[in-house]
Amino acid sequence: MSIEKILEVENLRKEYKDVVAVDGVSFSVHAGEIVGLLGPNGAGKTTTIDMLLGIVEPSGGSIRVFGKDFARNRAEILAKVNFSAVYAHLPGNTTVRQNLFIFALLYGVPRIKERIAILLKEYDVEKFSRVRTGFLSSGEQSRVHMAKAMLNSPRLLLLDEPTASIDPSDSQIIREKIKVYATATGAAVLWTSHDMYEIEDVCDRVLFISHGKILLEGNPRELPSQYGKKNLEELFIAVAREPLSLVHNQ
Amino acid sequence: MKSIQRIFAIFWRQMLLLKGNAFRPLNLFYFSALELFLWGVLTLYLDRIGGSGFHFVSLVLGAVIMSSFMSRVVFGVSASFLEDVWTRNFINLFSSPLSLHEYILGFVAVSIVESLISVGFIALLAWLLLAYSIFSFGFLLIPFAGVLFMFGLAVGITATAVVLRFGPSAEMVVWSIPPLLAPFSAVFYPLSALPPFARSVSFFIPATHVFEGMRAVVRTGSFDARELIIGFAFAIIYCAVAYFFLYRSYRAVLRRGTFARFATE
Repeated sequence: MSIEKILEVENLRKEYKDVVAVDGVSFSVHAGEIVGLLGPNGAGKTTTIDMLLGIVEPSGGSIRVFGKDFARNRAEILAKVNFSAVYAHLPGNTTVRQNLFIFALLYGVPRIKERIAILLKEYDVEKFSRVRTGFLSSGEQSRVHMAKAMLNSPRLLLLDEPTASIDPSDSQIIREKIKVYATATGAAVLWTSHDMYEIEDVCDRVLFISHGKILLEGNPRELPSQYGKKNLEELFIAVAREPLSLVHNQ
Repeated sequence: MKSIQRIFAIFWRQMLLLKGNAFRPLNLFYFSALELFLWGVLTLYLDRIGGSGFHFVSLVLGAVIMSSFMSRVVFGVSASFLEDVWTRNFINLFSSPLSLHEYILGFVAVSIVESLISVGFIALLAWLLLAYSIFSFGFLLIPFAGVLFMFGLAVGITATAVVLRFGPSAEMVVWSIPPLLAPFSAVFYPLSALPPFARSVSFFIPATHVFEGMRAVVRTGSFDARELIIGFAFAIIYCAVAYFFLYRSYRAVLRRGTFARFATE
């Protein structure tokens, strides 16, 4: 029995004036799968995620989510997608509870107050519910962002360095929550991170992107040895410094 | 239903900001009250020395209240938009199911509430302190306010589109449009007082037709409905053009990928 493809990206391309940020990227993420999107700074990871969120218009290619064309079914699709990114701050001049309430309305979440209460507890931010988000530490804000990302129980979750500012203990808790969530609900997760240990722990599959193209794809625990590297970090460094020395493995 | 919820979310966020800080609600009252006081004292003095035939109070205070109403409509859209610029909230908003027209309709709801609160306050102040009632215009107040409301929305949406297109550094457009329009809108003086080149510009400003209409009512007790029809027609056209410009600016931002880096523009 084939597993449902939640996200299908084909020949995705983004060109700016003199720069090709994403150059014909194709990949898919299946139900219940956590896929790591790795690459050096400027490789095209964030641009790819921005296109999947609909805040950057692709120059070419297609994005299908839940089997539907993203461009034609934007609102319907985004109602079941959510994200957390280290660079996407919630408004700092409203409280945690107020921010979650506003975004629950935007995502059409049913039984909003109950849902917010559950998430405040789950991400251990209950005590900050009446605090303005701007006053929280970066780690506390990251937990609030995760709570916001889970408001609509998304079927596709895009995480751009979600644990970047969180201490190792809380990071491990969040990783476990996401793994359990993906398995239990069949949600698809696309995860970018510079923490290779985190990627090895969480991801079923990784995609290495360099200069806007997917260079490598495979199991994060097996891929390094396939390319003669000791671990994922060494492989990452090779992708970052000498991408041409690696062969794209179809 | 979900669309209404999303519009309400945008509206409610602004209301939460208003509630959350003691100084924010003052914006709705402070400058309008100051203007009313300044013009009120001046017009009372002019009425005293000018004789009863000139109706300074009716002519000027009515214009102050209505122009303040229009400014509040403009800021209800554009200043609300700037909140999202300053808090870098675009990625969060536009990666949700929220559409551009829902976003703007949320601000329209903000404009309605804020302008009614603000104008209600200064109308009450004018009545209590200066014995002037804006309701002396009777039922004509509704179409006058309607044209100013639509034109205010068009101006607010245009200012929003300019900042969206050119970045936060274009913010000064938001604050400068009402005072820039004021001299050409014949707020405090008749159209005939303007030099010829300014009169041709004024004709195309819907607010001009409202203020000319108000002056006609004060002087003669009647008004020419054509003024209102012309003003209304221009206001509708400008609303449509403003939204089209906003939509094009939004598409440009998506193509350039600047939602994520908006604060750096």
